[in-house]
Amino acid sequence: MITGSARNLKSSHLSVLSSVLMFVCLVVGIVLGDSQAAYTLPLHKVTAIPAFARKYGLPCSACHTAWPKLNNFGMTFRDNGYQLGNDRDSPIYQNPSYFPVTFRMTPNWHLEHATNQEVDQAASGISTVTTHGFDLSGMDLWTAGTLFNNISFSLLPSSDETGAFHFENAFVRFDNLKGSSWFNFKFGKFELNNLISEKRFLFLSGNGGFYQSYHFVPPGDTNDFGLGDNQLGVELMGHSKNDYTRYSVAVLSANDGNPDFLSAFGTPTGRTYDTYLTFDQAFEVGSLGVQRIGAYAYIGERPTNYQTSGGAQLYGIENKPFYRVGFTGDLYFGKLNIQPFYMHGHDNEFLGLGVPSSTPSTSLPVGARGPSWNAGFVEFGYYQSPQLVIIGRYEAVRMQTQADPATPSNFGNIDAYAVGFRWYPIMFSRAGLALHTEYAISKSIGIAPLSGTGSASANPNDPAVWSSSLMIGFDFDF
Amino acid sequence: MRRIASTLVLMFAAVVLLLFTTGSPCFAQIDHNIKPVNAKADSHVGGLTGEASGEAQGGLVLYRRFCVGCHGPAGDGVGENAQWIDPKPRDFTLAVFKCRSTPTGTLPTDEDLFNAVTRGFDTTNMPSWRPLTEQQRANLVAAVKSFSPRWQSEKPGTPITIPAETPINIESVLRGRALFQKMECWKCHGPAGHGDGPSASTLTDSKDNPIRPYNFSTGTRFKCGETNQDLYKIFMTGLDGTPMPSFADVLKPEEGWDLVHFLRTLQPLNTQEASLWKAYAAAHSSEIKPIGPDSGAGGSK
Repeated sequence: MITGSARNLKSSHLSVLSSVLMFVCLVVGIVLGDSQAAYTLPLHKVTAIPAFARKYGLPCSACHTAWPKLNNFGMTFRDNGYQLGNDRDSPIYQNPSYFPVTFRMTPNWHLEHATNQEVDQAASGISTVTTHGFDLSGMDLWTAGTLFNNISFSLLPSSDETGAFHFENAFVRFDNLKGSSWFNFKFGKFELNNLISEKRFLFLSGNGGFYQSYHFVPPGDTNDFGLGDNQLGVELMGHSKNDYTRYSVAVLSANDGNPDFLSAFGTPTGRTYDTYLTFDQAFEVGSLGVQRIGAYAYIGERPTNYQTSGGAQLYGIENKPFYRVGFTGDLYFGKLNIQPFYMHGHDNEFLGLGVPSSTPSTSLPVGARGPSWNAGFVEFGYYQSPQLVIIGRYEAVRMQTQADPATPSNFGNIDAYAVGFRWYPIMFSRAGLALHTEYAISKSIGIAPLSGTGSASANPNDPAVWSSSLMIGFDFDF
Repeated sequence: MRRIASTLVLMFAAVVLLLFTTGSPCFAQIDHNIKPVNAKADSHVGGLTGEASGEAQGGLVLYRRFCVGCHGPAGDGVGENAQWIDPKPRDFTLAVFKCRSTPTGTLPTDEDLFNAVTRGFDTTNMPSWRPLTEQQRANLVAAVKSFSPRWQSEKPGTPITIPAETPINIESVLRGRALFQKMECWKCHGPAGHGDGPSASTLTDSKDNPIRPYNFSTGTRFKCGETNQDLYKIFMTGLDGTPMPSFADVLKPEEGWDLVHFLRTLQPLNTQEASLWKAYAAAHSSEIKPIGPDSGAGGSK
């Protein structure tokens, strides 16, 4: 349903109101129902794998604060190559009928709302766009585990909501090389070793189901890199036995994890490699639990031009650098978990302006420079019990330097808010079911939000777009 | 108007669905309501005081998160996964534990339980919980103690004294080998320590569950640790709840060390004991009598 006219707009408001009422009723229903249940995803997520719970007989909550988010025990298990280290890890010890595969999907109802969108059936050509209805998420079909003692693997064919599949990850990992947990070697496509995983967080809606910071590039920038995107390459990773100290060094193809040497835009990539470095350290703070802080740096290059043959692009050339650096944390205060994240980003001016670096400098805007920005968020989760968690997040992106000095200083800025809760009525070693409810809203300037018509603000008098998502769904895996 | 009506119908359907779900029989399939007999149990490990009770990090909260699937809400070892697990999870209501520093038949120390939680149990489904904080593990020890009334009526035993280890030499290994024959360890553990002795298939634990003797040829660690001291302790305390008895009354301390030194030769490890035995066996192959029923007295020379 897309509304454009003033009449429809009024009707749309009523519809939004009734939808909000539905949300409230659901919340009331849960409370009256003696609550104990969830998770949704228009955006696709990698997550928990009950196949491990089945293998080891542990409940979801052993590895997850609330699935799919990992606790320190789950992180240790993952970093140890999906092994517990009790001589029961190799597949040789498993019943032949055991197959380490899990399915996950989230049927859901969601409402998307965006202001200042371009529409045809409005006199001004600008209107608020609201859509809502029942929907599906994508589907994960994840298999992971061990091929042998200290040789682990992961393969995740993942579809979008239309059933179009891609390989979200696929890697082999050689664990505990030389008998030391400090040396583990991974080869393939995998998630970057981010302390705060976008693949495992508890938000799923159109506006809340991703970290703006992880994917932000300034408007007009041609860099396709996203810190939250799985990448192709190799990784050397190490950790202490209790996982309190962790590091990783990764060398990655400069294509944002896309196959066939193509970028996220479908253009040929350069023949260069990026580097990602991470380090994090955990501390025990009395009865509060394990506190963890970390730092990261991603250094890469992207082409600004292409070698061609008969006009057809062959591969990227004239590569120019960019970097992302910052720090992050994972802090516990009893039942409250707080995750701060900070990033400073910088792209070369040719990437920022989207022009080949062979462009004569006289053709560039006067004073052109590499765009830079600061981004970050604070996310919280209140774990009332392993089966009920209340979540929230505030996120901001602030442009520091525009590539073109004539660009308004706030062009590209984003503020995003998200709240919700997940209730897990079924959370044991065979399957999981969660009721996911979430409301997320973002204000962006110059950036097209996911909601609406896919355009940035078309209103010259009001450059900001407010985009919101309301989502209720049943997230299940087995 | 029609749209609003239809949305309201959907609202109603959603709420009904939710209420139905919350009250549905699926919740009756699994009971995660923890049932301690003493929710105020505590533990003392080093300078830490662990508590079973507590809002966020209390032992019973952690027990529900990490342990209930196997050990069950009442701590009786019949969690939802127990039917699939071999060996079966420990029954905390009996307060009978394998790995202790205390004499057989007595309660373990809090330190023993803390070490067990930290170390995990090799070749079982019990993992190492080292990634949890020390305070959390101390709290879990208190939770374990909350399931049995024994902790309220009995004190833990006094830890045994482990004397200094005797020198590792071939004589000690050979004496240990003779003891392995004489004490009939081979009847369960097998002549080569493969866990395939003639009695192996008949063994059961104290709850009549089949139990396999330790196979020295594949294991690099023992259930109760991996050092020579840990192995010595197993002889002298026994593994309560299993057919493995305590030999504290029949073995002298130096004999205990001899047995330790011999058993190290059965493991797939490059230990000093193994090197000594290999060299001896190569030079004296004709003199070595096999271990087992056909062996003469002593069985080693």
